[in-house]
Amino acid sequence: MTAPRVAVVVFPGTWSERDFAHVAGLLGWDARLIWHAETKLGGADAVVLPGGFAHGDHLRTGAIARFSPIMAAVEAFAAAGGPVIGSCNGFQVLCEAGLLPGALLRNDHLEFRCDWQWLRVESPACSPPWLGDLTRDERIRLPISHGEGRYYADEATLDGLEASGRVALRYVDERGEASTAANPNGSLRSIAGITNERGNVLGLMPHPERAAEAEVGGTDGLRLFRSLGTWLAGQPAAAERRL
Amino acid sequence: MHWMAEVRVQLRPGIADPEGMTIAGGLRALGFESVQNVRHGKLLQVSFDAPDANAARDAVAAMCRRLLANPVMEIATFELRAIGEPAEESRLA
Repeated sequence: MTAPRVAVVVFPGTWSERDFAHVAGLLGWDARLIWHAETKLGGADAVVLPGGFAHGDHLRTGAIARFSPIMAAVEAFAAAGGPVIGSCNGFQVLCEAGLLPGALLRNDHLEFRCDWQWLRVESPACSPPWLGDLTRDERIRLPISHGEGRYYADEATLDGLEASGRVALRYVDERGEASTAANPNGSLRSIAGITNERGNVLGLMPHPERAAEAEVGGTDGLRLFRSLGTWLAGQPAAAERRL
Repeated sequence: MHWMAEVRVQLRPGIADPEGMTIAGGLRALGFESVQNVRHGKLLQVSFDAPDANAARDAVAAMCRRLLANPVMEIATFELRAIGEPAEESRLA
């Protein structure tokens, strides 16, 4: 199998694209930065919407970015079952674009929170491409860095996410317990990450790309990339998508 | 015709508004003890051209739907008024 090719979308104001590309490089993958004004993903096997402040986050986080020309290609890629991950601002863009339900609001304490955060893997089965190498109920530790990460959806949507096992990650303390104190932004039901119905699109506020080397404090984030590698290796269709 | 729409965007009722709560706390700290609640929002003034009032209303409604508000968490309302041609003095400036 040839090295996975990952398209990392760059909006004006994106700030995590080089970290994602760096981690892909550690794995020997081919990461390409794709400017938001482009209309093609260059035959990617997976698409990353990184963190940052796309278009300055003006009006609402992700509100302008979702209309960037590249988003039509991202939506088509997701609709075809291609793996898409949106971290932090990328999660906000995915929600604005309607690829994931709900929205991200100002943190309940109004502070920008930059810290390490414990998370509980709720449902690895909900997203084989991104969580396939993780196990249910295990704790992982990833950095968070956001001012607007308070996940909100109406009760019916939340119930639907829970019932269908699409809550991927929850904020917890180091013992694995969810609580108000362990919730860094006031997210409803301590939700840190969700998937679409098909499971190929994952949105999460934490930054897996910032926890991929022991030198920076942890390697739990690398496991999401390794999940993707495992999944792509079992997908003959991945090569066909490049055509 | 020239139009001015004033679009108000607010969080839906029931969604926690920590900025509004902080503002309410500020007012109480200044001695306005009777303040019970503040909900904050955005005011967007959009000037644009449309042939008549119906077209102008439709245009603003579409702007709200497509971009100005996210119906998941926000409600948009607007007021619309026709504005005259700019006065001669301002054209000279």
